[in-house]
Amino acid sequence: MNIHEPWPLRDRTAFAGIGTSAFGSFPQSDSYGLGCEALNMALDDAGLRPTDIDGLIVNRIPSYERFAEMMGINPQYCLLTEAPGRFSGVSLSLAMQAVASGAAKTVALVYGNNGRSRRVNYGGGDGTWSPWGMTSPGASHAMMWARHMHDYGTTHADLGWVAEAFRHHACLNPDAVMHGRPITREEHATARPICEPLRLLDYCLINDGAVAWIITSAERARDMRRPPVLISGYARQDNFTYGSAPPTDHWQPALSRVADEIYHRAGVGRDELSGLGIYDNFTPTVLFSLEGMGFCPAGEGGRFVADGTLRLGTGRLPTNTSGGHLSNSYMQGWEIIAECVRQLRGDCGARQIPGAQAMQYICATNIALSAIFRSDA
Amino acid sequence: MKPVADVWSEPFWRATAQGRFTLPHCRETGRCFWPPAPVSPFTGRPAVDWVESPGEGVLFSFVVFHQKYFPGFPTPYPVVMVKLDEGPMFLANLRGAGPDALRIGSRMKVVFDPENEGFVLPQFEITA
Repeated sequence: MNIHEPWPLRDRTAFAGIGTSAFGSFPQSDSYGLGCEALNMALDDAGLRPTDIDGLIVNRIPSYERFAEMMGINPQYCLLTEAPGRFSGVSLSLAMQAVASGAAKTVALVYGNNGRSRRVNYGGGDGTWSPWGMTSPGASHAMMWARHMHDYGTTHADLGWVAEAFRHHACLNPDAVMHGRPITREEHATARPICEPLRLLDYCLINDGAVAWIITSAERARDMRRPPVLISGYARQDNFTYGSAPPTDHWQPALSRVADEIYHRAGVGRDELSGLGIYDNFTPTVLFSLEGMGFCPAGEGGRFVADGTLRLGTGRLPTNTSGGHLSNSYMQGWEIIAECVRQLRGDCGARQIPGAQAMQYICATNIALSAIFRSDA
Repeated sequence: MKPVADVWSEPFWRATAQGRFTLPHCRETGRCFWPPAPVSPFTGRPAVDWVESPGEGVLFSFVVFHQKYFPGFPTPYPVVMVKLDEGPMFLANLRGAGPDALRIGSRMKVVFDPENEGFVLPQFEITA
């Protein structure tokens, strides 16, 4: 690795528009209806019409073809990406590559999910371990967290700082599902156990909603309605060697390799970040992300988040300022990335990070990935 | 819950029905792996056979389910993650004790449930 060689995609692509539907329970709609709502907001945000879109990536919407038919989009680049939340970041990189390579000029990415109305609970069914009752991403994270506590002496109370901070942010966000419902760390500690050591307030929400992004070249984005938010860096490391069992290393080696790349690719250092967007499917993932990305040594995530490090107003690194998956909306990374864009445009009102210049997205999974965004100013 | 048996795991379930715990084994590296597969994950090559295992290992981690996802699993119930002495991780339920007895690092050994719907499930008990 030659760290002096500039990464070819640095600041070449940008968010030209974002849109989010309402979040909640909408049995009168579905992922198509919600996706159309979000994409129309993103098009209006960018000042574009459907016919300006020549690339389309959809996620959690059953058919790209039906969605494109609905919106009247006939692109030269189109695909449907896999359902797990890691594919928000993967989809982002595909759009960047499509624009940078000339496969498409302006890519619309649309995520739509009506899991609440469909009563999805992300558990049960046939799996490798279902004969033993082992199921659900929450249980897998509980297994990892139990080992983390054993290895490092972290405690369930450490996770309370994460849950409390993100709920505080949701209470500053009128669009959040949990707006107006503050929690205390004591309530986190005594919440109903779901899969111990994790409890209800360690789990993300399940709600309906949709998110759309429009990604184009930085040059083209500068001619559109809103100031562009540049995609400065992206890095990814997969690890599929866990033998179908919960990962045993909290994704530390994979995340470390991402950390080795992401900051020099972006030309933005940890100290220059205004805030973070972390894929918070469960509270432990936030600590795994912070440790893996080198914000603190392995095992010290609990100490790092204590006293409100992630909390707006008091913390050095405001994280998931919309409330994240835990307290705003479970849009599988898509809305967390949209919030990074809003921060860099100064659109966040009561939850604005003053003078936000650069934001980092981190997703700790078997596809470990991160992206850094910055304002064009 | 009936296991999802495929052509690669079928020898495993035939062995458990006889009260034997077996593991897929890479002939080139001498290492065992899990789940069963057409090739070794260490080489990508099909030089794979099955070896007898005493079914012993160490408790790597565990959880206790309170949420009900499956009929036939009264809550709360534990799931143990055992690092087998041969290397692979195996997830199962705890037999012979309640979840309060679980300590990460404890020695564990396989035991077999009674046959149910044509399958015998391996489970684990604490030995030390």
